[in-house]
Amino acid sequence: MTEHLDRRHALSCMAWAGGGLLWTVVGGVPRAGLIGSAQAAGTGFSFAQVSDSHIGFAKEANMDTKGTLESGMALVKARKPAFVLHTGDVSHLSKPAEFDAAAAILGASGFDTHYVPGEHDVLDEKGTAPFIERFQKRQTQGTPGGAYYSFDANGVHFVGLNNVVNLKAGGLGNLGAAQIAWLEKDLAGRTASTPIVVFAHIPLWTVYEAWGWGTDDSSKALALLARFGSVTVLNGHIHQVLQKVEGNVAFHSARSTAFPQPAPGSAPSPGPMKVDAGKLRSVLGVASVTVVPGQGPLAIVDTPLGA
Amino acid sequence: MLRRALLAAPLALAVRPARAAEASVTIDNFVFTPPVLTVAAGTKVTWTNRDDIPHSVVSAAQPPLFKAHVMDTDETFERVFDTKGTFPYFCGLHPHMQGTVIVT
Ligand SMILES: [Cu+2]
Repeated sequence: MTEHLDRRHALSCMAWAGGGLLWTVVGGVPRAGLIGSAQAAGTGFSFAQVSDSHIGFAKEANMDTKGTLESGMALVKARKPAFVLHTGDVSHLSKPAEFDAAAAILGASGFDTHYVPGEHDVLDEKGTAPFIERFQKRQTQGTPGGAYYSFDANGVHFVGLNNVVNLKAGGLGNLGAAQIAWLEKDLAGRTASTPIVVFAHIPLWTVYEAWGWGTDDSSKALALLARFGSVTVLNGHIHQVLQKVEGNVAFHSARSTAFPQPAPGSAPSPGPMKVDAGKLRSVLGVASVTVVPGQGPLAIVDTPLGA
Repeated sequence: MLRRALLAAPLALAVRPARAAEASVTIDNFVFTPPVLTVAAGTKVTWTNRDDIPHSVVSAAQPPLFKAHVMDTDETFERVFDTKGTFPYFCGLHPHMQGTVIVT
């Protein structure tokens, strides 16, 4: 009980301290720590989270989304993560030229990068197909719109989900029955002590329903994850650091590298927030996650692009 | 070009009044305004996105009766409503955004 409260306290303090996210898995449980701190530099392996690069967006909120993504990747590179997770909205309008520009910047980093789509990445008439072809080596084959998959690294099971297609009028994000059935099969043979990291674009917890910040059928996915001792759920979409710990599940949303969005309900709409040019980099960022052997949660560090 | 125009003209006359009515819906701050638009059959409805984020217009019927390609800032989508009825729609990117066209 005490441990749980302490972990929650530590997570929130650390998450608000910076803009990049560094995840550390210690003894199978995700743990948050500040980038550059001794804690985060532990013996575990770490990976980075980059989100909402919106390449193609060039409006008052940020005229140079390529430049800010490049800055984000420079921060990631300095952390030497094992690989990168991109939690969607790679592009702004799913245009081939936007995919090209994003792939060039993300590819230049040299990191193995695992992507899930955001709703801005599936606007083409062919839906998820162009995104899958360009960015997903491991999508689940034979499933229409099946831009989801899993893989294992350093004893951690990673699950990339797609909750941005087949959205229903009045609804939130959507996983759909086929994906949930796949997830059930994917998790079936795994022991409860396997640390799980789920990454998806739209939050899998209801952050703010009036703005659509949640996923209609996330409770079905979370029910399948309930038996695991350590579950970390990473998302983007809301362009700000927010987190919640519920039992064994730690939810964390990362900053965008493109533009900030307002805190839930604090503005007339969730549209891009305009900040002074000198302040922009302080509200954009990337994240690192470290997995540390032993007992304890994964360490997530959010690092802003600038002061 | 000329042949197509000659063919299209009598068809258009047969289906619509000579001067088609027009109506518009705007999108500001993730809201369709007006949320419920009532028009006479044959009216051309134009949606205009005034946000700095893209939106779309997708019929809520199953299967959808119409679907706009995504509209970036200041882009528009037009559709002529020839059939009487109630046509709910939503934004394909932000499905909490909803509207209705009623054709009388
Ligand atoms: Cu929209």
